[in-house]
Amino acid sequence: MKLNELKKGQLATVSEINANRELKNRFNSFGLVKGAIISIDGHSLAKKTMEICINKTHIALRASEAEKIEVTV
Amino acid sequence: MSTKTETIKIALVGQPNVGKSALINSVGNARLKVGNFSGVTVRKEIVRFNRDGYDFEITDLPGSYSLTDYTIEERVTKKYLDDSEYDLILNVVDSTNIERNLYLTTELLALNKKIVVALNMTDEAVKEGVDIDEVQLGKILGVNCVKTSAVQKTGIDDVIQAIIKTYNLRENRFHLQFSEVFEEEITHIVSFLEEKKIKCKISLKALAIKLLREDKETYLRFHEEPIWTELQPIVNKAYQHLYLHYDTKDLDDIFNDEKSAVAKGAVVETVHFDKEVKQSLTDKIDNLLMHQFIGLPIFLFLMWGLFQLTFEVGSIPMDWIDAFFASLIDGTKSYLGDTELASVISDGAIAGVGAVVLFLPNIVILFLGIALLETTGYMSRVAFLLDGFFHKFGLHGKSFIPLVSGFGCSVPAYMAARTLKNDRDRLLTLFIIGFMSCGARLPIYVLFVGALFTEEQAGNILFLIYISGALIGVLAAKVLKITVFKGDDEPFVMEMPKYRLPSFKLIWHTVSAQAMMYLRKAGTYILLASVLIWFASNYPKQIEMEQEFQVKIEQTQNEETINALTNELALYKLENSYLGIIGHASEPFFAPLGYDWRMAIALETGLAAKEVVVATLGVLYGLGEEHDEESSGLIEKIRANISLPAGISFIVFVMIYLPCLAASMVFMREAGGWKYLGYLFVFTTATAWSLSFVAFNVAQVLT
Ligand SMILES: Nc1nc2c(ncn2[C@@H]2O[C@H](COP(=O)(O)OP(=O)(O)O)[C@@H](O)[C@H]2O)c(=O)[nH]1
Repeated sequence: MKLNELKKGQLATVSEINANRELKNRFNSFGLVKGAIISIDGHSLAKKTMEICINKTHIALRASEAEKIEVTV
Repeated sequence: MSTKTETIKIALVGQPNVGKSALINSVGNARLKVGNFSGVTVRKEIVRFNRDGYDFEITDLPGSYSLTDYTIEERVTKKYLDDSEYDLILNVVDSTNIERNLYLTTELLALNKKIVVALNMTDEAVKEGVDIDEVQLGKILGVNCVKTSAVQKTGIDDVIQAIIKTYNLRENRFHLQFSEVFEEEITHIVSFLEEKKIKCKISLKALAIKLLREDKETYLRFHEEPIWTELQPIVNKAYQHLYLHYDTKDLDDIFNDEKSAVAKGAVVETVHFDKEVKQSLTDKIDNLLMHQFIGLPIFLFLMWGLFQLTFEVGSIPMDWIDAFFASLIDGTKSYLGDTELASVISDGAIAGVGAVVLFLPNIVILFLGIALLETTGYMSRVAFLLDGFFHKFGLHGKSFIPLVSGFGCSVPAYMAARTLKNDRDRLLTLFIIGFMSCGARLPIYVLFVGALFTEEQAGNILFLIYISGALIGVLAAKVLKITVFKGDDEPFVMEMPKYRLPSFKLIWHTVSAQAMMYLRKAGTYILLASVLIWFASNYPKQIEMEQEFQVKIEQTQNEETINALTNELALYKLENSYLGIIGHASEPFFAPLGYDWRMAIALETGLAAKEVVVATLGVLYGLGEEHDEESSGLIEKIRANISLPAGISFIVFVMIYLPCLAASMVFMREAGGWKYLGYLFVFTTATAWSLSFVAFNVAQVLT
């Protein structure tokens, strides 16, 4: 399932990143790589942006970018 | 025997917020030099000091998550590391988040330079139960690793010793170990290169990696050589193996995978985590500040406070500065007498520079606020909270602060846009800041609204002016986004750093550096431009006329007649100055908007400063210069001379066209060149003209 469908507090493993090179590099440098364990910290009011946590890094991203990340629970 | 002291040139590299600045600030007796990286507005700091017979020269490179081209900061860092001369890299690492930090370290290792790693934030790591075996880590990475805490000032000397030791190492071995599969391919290539006795500045292993990474320069170098025919199949075969093993043909993917694997492996072997600690302080604060419902109100309240401070408290020293320069101008005039020199110095240079210094309190307070937001880690949360709304218009969550500052004064607003790391986001924000009506435009609005509307309507109209300005601004952003700044949306992927108490020294450091930069750069440009405008409004000289009037003035005793005559002279002089000539010449351009030449000139002098518009109108409508927006005389005159449609159209024009000279200069610097000022001029003037035209015609039909 896609990362933006994950519920707050649920843990999941990143299975695939379908982003272009630039965005993928960005994700990678934050530690968001295939196999990383990820969880959702929260959403903004309209669910347009979300905060996720990998390892010890908290990252904010848009729902449109979260769509590009496949995770398995 | 006298030897020159050797200089060790060090590139300081680390991810954002790892404590690089704090670390070099904690070195004693260091001299700091602040400048810019060539061509960009990224601050460059060089720290020099000497220890144990060596001169150290440390260049603080902007924080980068990895060596990519995503932000200006990262581009600057990458370019510096690739192209500049330096002896070694000091890589600062946040011990509490070591795995992610080591990702950058592996990229640095691949550069095959001498490296020392400072494991900073040791104090926090201890508290969080993170225990790093730095000796073992150093062995794995093949570099010296030293534990430091910039805040508690521990380990600083050890870092310096490690630097000296590493600097004196003769050979520079390549230590980075990738996965087995990968190493195997590398070994193949290396042994081939060895057989062929290839000589190279970097180690053969690094060269092999560059070949595998499809590094352009390396390819160019080998392409011309006869050996290429033999080398190519070997490299190709390596690719085939790697593609097969990793099940992808994307080399970047493969390398990123390798880097993460190295980082992860090193952490597994050398870092011991105590059992998971309870909810951290950051999480607790975030529960409140990032709350779905109350997060935004809290933020708005804090913002409100900041702007109150900026413009209320800021206005106190502004009054002093204003008074100071006014008396300086008077003093100069009375000292030098009524000469041309006195005029160019006082009315041109001093007045111009005064206008720049005037904004200093605003800038300092606003930047203090922004520095606090940034160093505490709250800024990223703000962007998070607001991005949903701003993204609709093609803007970024962080655009909020520059845009709102724009209501006070465009000068600090343009500077505040620096918090936007992405070029396109920043430019777009810069372009629409002017739509937020700044404080200096208020007198013009008050004058025209007072003259053209009833007192009951005035308040609402004023409010309407500000709101519609902002709305036009975000719509303009949307239009620009679709037309000029088109292309894929820049990703909004941002770290939410840990909350930290800011250190006073660091904040002072940033704010004072910014203030100095403003004074120095804006000061020089504006000095020049003020003198130019002074010249345009005072030349060519009307000596005959002046004498004629002088005679007339001397002949009368009547106060009123003298006043009238002085004003007539001022009017005559202005009308026949270069500025006046331009005003007359541009009359046809403004005619469709319903303006006469006076209004045209007023708008043009408004390019210098919006405050001048009212004063100019005072002169042109025959009242002398001593008039402000509340003088009933001027209001009467405006009412008598300007029709309602023309007045409305004038207000619309003022709302939109180019901000004052000081702001334009700052805009130019922040945007990165005259070119952009040209675009801004065309863009705002065209928008202002069209909307004023519409307003004029609609108002004419309605009235
Ligand atoms: N506890 C602790 N805080 C630190 C240490 N070094 C830096 N900081 C804090 O971390 C924050 C970021 O530091 P800064 O030097 O601005 O990071 P830079 O972005 O890498 O230059 C500041 O609030 C520092 O006070 C350290 O060793 N221990």
